[in-house]
Amino acid sequence: MLVIKRIPIPALIGIVLTMLFVLAAIFAPWIAPHGNAEIVSDVPWEPMSAAHWLGTDNLGRDLLSRMIYGARITLFIAVLATALSFSLGAILGFSAAVFGGWFDTLLSRLVDLLMSIPTLIMALVVLSVLPSNLVTLILVMGVLDSTRVYRLSRAVAVDINVMDYVEAAKLRGEGSGWIIFREILPNALSPLVSELGLRFIYAVLFLSTLSFLGLGVQPPDADWGGMVKENKDGIVFGIGAALIPAAAIAALAISVNLVADWVLNRTTSLKGGRG
Amino acid sequence: MADKQPKPGQPKPGQPKSGVLLDIRNLRIEATVYPPGEAPKNIVLVHDVSLTLEKGKVLGLIGESGAGKSTIGLSSMGYGRGGVRITGGEVILNGRDILKGGNEGFRKLRGREVCYVAQSAAAAFNPAHRLMDQVVEAALLHGTATRAEAEKRAVALFKKLSLPNPENIGERFPHQVSGGQLQRVMTAMALCSEPDLIVFDEPTTALDVTTQIDVLAAIKDAIRDTHVAALYITHDLAVVAQVSDEIMVLRHGRLVEWGGTRQIIKEPRQEYTNALVSVHEIEHQEQKPGTSPFLSVKNITAAYGRSHIKVLKNVSVDIFPGQTLAVVGESGSGKSTLARAITGLLPPEQGTVTFDGRPLANRLADRPKEDLRQLQMIYQMADVAMNPRQTVGTIIGRPLEFYFGMRGRERDKRVAELLDKIEMGKGYVDRYPAELSGGQKQRVCIARSLAAKPKLIICDEVTSALDPLVAHGILELLLGLQKEENVAYLFITHDLATVKSIADSIAVMYRGEVVRYGAKSTVLTPPFDAYTDLLLSSVPEMEIGWLEKAIKGRRMASAGN
Repeated sequence: MLVIKRIPIPALIGIVLTMLFVLAAIFAPWIAPHGNAEIVSDVPWEPMSAAHWLGTDNLGRDLLSRMIYGARITLFIAVLATALSFSLGAILGFSAAVFGGWFDTLLSRLVDLLMSIPTLIMALVVLSVLPSNLVTLILVMGVLDSTRVYRLSRAVAVDINVMDYVEAAKLRGEGSGWIIFREILPNALSPLVSELGLRFIYAVLFLSTLSFLGLGVQPPDADWGGMVKENKDGIVFGIGAALIPAAAIAALAISVNLVADWVLNRTTSLKGGRG
Repeated sequence: MADKQPKPGQPKPGQPKSGVLLDIRNLRIEATVYPPGEAPKNIVLVHDVSLTLEKGKVLGLIGESGAGKSTIGLSSMGYGRGGVRITGGEVILNGRDILKGGNEGFRKLRGREVCYVAQSAAAAFNPAHRLMDQVVEAALLHGTATRAEAEKRAVALFKKLSLPNPENIGERFPHQVSGGQLQRVMTAMALCSEPDLIVFDEPTTALDVTTQIDVLAAIKDAIRDTHVAALYITHDLAVVAQVSDEIMVLRHGRLVEWGGTRQIIKEPRQEYTNALVSVHEIEHQEQKPGTSPFLSVKNITAAYGRSHIKVLKNVSVDIFPGQTLAVVGESGSGKSTLARAITGLLPPEQGTVTFDGRPLANRLADRPKEDLRQLQMIYQMADVAMNPRQTVGTIIGRPLEFYFGMRGRERDKRVAELLDKIEMGKGYVDRYPAELSGGQKQRVCIARSLAAKPKLIICDEVTSALDPLVAHGILELLLGLQKEENVAYLFITHDLATVKSIADSIAVMYRGEVVRYGAKSTVLTPPFDAYTDLLLSSVPEMEIGWLEKAIKGRRMASAGN
């Protein structure tokens, strides 16, 4: 059983922070004091006050409310992109390891090809050509990221695939479905889970970068990276509004990492799913 | 660095007059384990073990895995492997307690007064350096000899250990010599700095039986000629009986019995020692081959990949219902490849496998489920033959589901029956493989193959990784199951003692060919061909003086030499 007392403190901090971000994202319309695009002040960059806890942004919108809505957009896109990159990368990686031969070679060279082009450049080119909406954004992020997941899951599965228990399953006559999902997947889970945390963080950072460059989420909606972009001009006037979304990105990255570390530690023992 | 090694015969400073070299008193060794999700806890590996070793004598430490024999051996050089700590007692070498010397003291001691010969020489040598540089390293480091002196001594040792080209073999890299040779080079490395004590940690265990005998003889001669004392650690009583003056039997970190070699193997006083001594004696009456074999292998030739080297050359054997065919040979003889060809994992290039009068498809993928069910396999390493994330219930239950469509209660009932058959009971259903002992793991693998109700089970070195007593239990279980279920075994092994206790017929393989094949009694009766003779004479017997006799009586040199 999971006892809260036994969770190490760093992991606990990570869990609490991550939960906060997730709750903010889910209940954004109910928590946020103002609407996402609602202009509440005539002056841009109003300082922090009782009415506007984090002040207002470059267009006089309530920064706290935008941060909360921003959490929603950031997390939503990052979660979907990670889910896509994982299902795609892991299934293809495992299949390549199990089937081998030309299938493996073809897929692996294709992935090499994709990986040889810097991800950001590739994303910038693709996104400027395709119509900019959320679906394209998620697809592009997911597919580009899945190459990394493919590499890892293929490497892990190649190791597992030569174990005697997989050979025993093949001798029994099991199909590839059983071999991939029942023999290989449970044993590949712990490296993949820690990778899941890392890839999620990369997705957040990647999304922020794209939005900062203007190719991510389009106004009036904004994720945190977009909010850094909106408010960055204030920095020269000594206004720190851009630092708040930047700090949120950092806090999210660190807290997810802490949780992923802890999960990895708990699952590495070869004791089955119990420990 | 500057101090000179005292001349032989001259006592070292602080050394007692008596001939005692090593005196271990009330040794206690502990380690900390970190069970996941629990607080770390201390476990005691060695409880209060005391021993003394005189100069120039050899003490054999024997016991099954986990007995603490390697841990005790390493403690004589003040070393604890992987977080193992010496927490009590004294280790007195040459009259001083080495545990009090600190790191500086250990550095002076290791490689000079005590040297170590590891089980796997291939893993212990640095592959990037030439052998000679590694052999003389300790002597140079301690400043006991100049490079020229040390190399001269090394060449003399190579000669003594009967290595080929003793003058030039030091120029080679570790991968350029065979496993048996490497083990002898490692012995030369240990002897080169003229230590007082050498710790041999299973030096011949990883070698083929025909190579082991040469290495053993070389080690024995070298020990005798250099008057070095030795701790010889092994799990094989027959081996230790050849080299040691005294034997100490250990179990679970405690001393069981300690005595002269003759007394231990001829008149063991403790029950456990007696069990170790008499372990090989299973009486198995050979069955007459039936009229028609259910599985025949005809003229099979096979190779890996597109290579031109044939791993199997024209191999033919027959297997009769309910009987055991043992395939014997050293590593590289093609015996496991034969199993892979029969199961379809490696489709043969030529030849056929006939099953129940019809040819079996060459490729695994082309065989119907029913054919797959009839041929089951048990592996050498039970640990990796079971998915660590599946419970015993799932592991044994899956073939029932897969072949017979059993579900729910019917399946659970059958799993419980199978667990009873392997003498484990249904309490184990929810265990994971990591929660079983080595012998229990192998039993679960046996149950998994029995679940398919096969006609043939291929046993690939199933007892090689197990301690002798556990292996004995597995062999008895297999024999019992054969009678109950009328299942045939193809038993692949390099261990002739196992063959004698389980086989009905034997095929001796050498370099991909069957060199001798027939009923057990015929194969094991002279006149022998040269290879079978070598193989048979190389199996250590629990007899003092066996080694010398065996070396003298040989007609052919071992291939690993």
